Amino acid sequence: MSDSEIPTLVTQDMEDLKGVWGEERVAYPISISDIRKWAIASYWPEKPPRIFWDEEYAINTKWNGIIAPTDFNPFAWPIERPPQAPGPPRAEGGNREPGTRGMNGGQVETFGVVMRPGDVITSKNRLKGWNERETRLGLTLFSETEIEWRNQNNEHVKTRISTSIRY
Amino acid sequence: MTVNITFDQIQIGDELPVWSRKTDFMNWNRYAAVNDEFVYIHMDDEVGKAALNEQGAFGMGNLRYTYMLNALRDWAGDEAIIKECGLQFRAINQKNDILTVTGKITDKQSQDGELLIFLEMNVINQAGEGTTPGHAIVAIPE
Repeated sequence: MSDSEIPTLVTQDMEDLKGVWGEERVAYPISISDIRKWAIASYWPEKPPRIFWDEEYAINTKWNGIIAPTDFNPFAWPIERPPQAPGPPRAEGGNREPGTRGMNGGQVETFGVVMRPGDVITSKNRLKGWNERETRLGLTLFSETEIEWRNQNNEHVKTRISTSIRY
Repeated sequence: MTVNITFDQIQIGDELPVWSRKTDFMNWNRYAAVNDEFVYIHMDDEVGKAALNEQGAFGMGNLRYTYMLNALRDWAGDEAIIKECGLQFRAINQKNDILTVTGKITDKQSQDGELLIFLEMNVINQAGEGTTPGHAIVAIPE
């Protein structure tokens, strides 16, 4: 079947789950050591800012203590892997069927309160919507997923709108 | 120093200081380790080639996003608040690329008691190609 013969890459599970918040996930409490390692890795090979690892320094800033880097991910290294987002099946091995190829299109994040040592972050996500059109790649599906994080005080930490591309 | 720059010191058209990294395997591997991102296309040349990147394994988009945020933090200082950041992935990060975060002030406004700086962002490679056009909004001390 050629690309032009495929009417849509939108699947029934996408239609069913559009706008529906999924089950909440709760991260392990954030530790100072998690933050320090993240900062070292993401600033490598330069020394990261002291606000991420030096308590004596950080206590005298407006934050009154160490904070996590803006992009810190407390959900890294889960025991149970979260399920894949709804959509067409992904390519396996040499599979090049239309709709099975994909890439990360990008993201926009809006930030609320900072993350600190001891915080416990809860995440929920939903398929926000999609846009399907012909591109130079053939029939292409742009799906938006909305992810919301809140801390243990129910304060907004961030919202991410990420775009997944399938073609 | 906690305050690197104040609202009054920033002018529309100003550019961020140069912020660069050479993305060799050490950068990729360290980031994969903390972000739990040991994905074959980012680690294994054979899998990268099978995914149609002739040079093999390629870099994580999240790492370029991190570089963008780090450049903003280094410029604005610890007292600043990054309010929003976004980007689109338009090109691949190949191993040993030298990536430079660029940022240009497009607007500055006082909104709801906050002094906001609006920026046009990108991460360019050593060939001068923009790989991740984006934007950011940062609240800056007075």
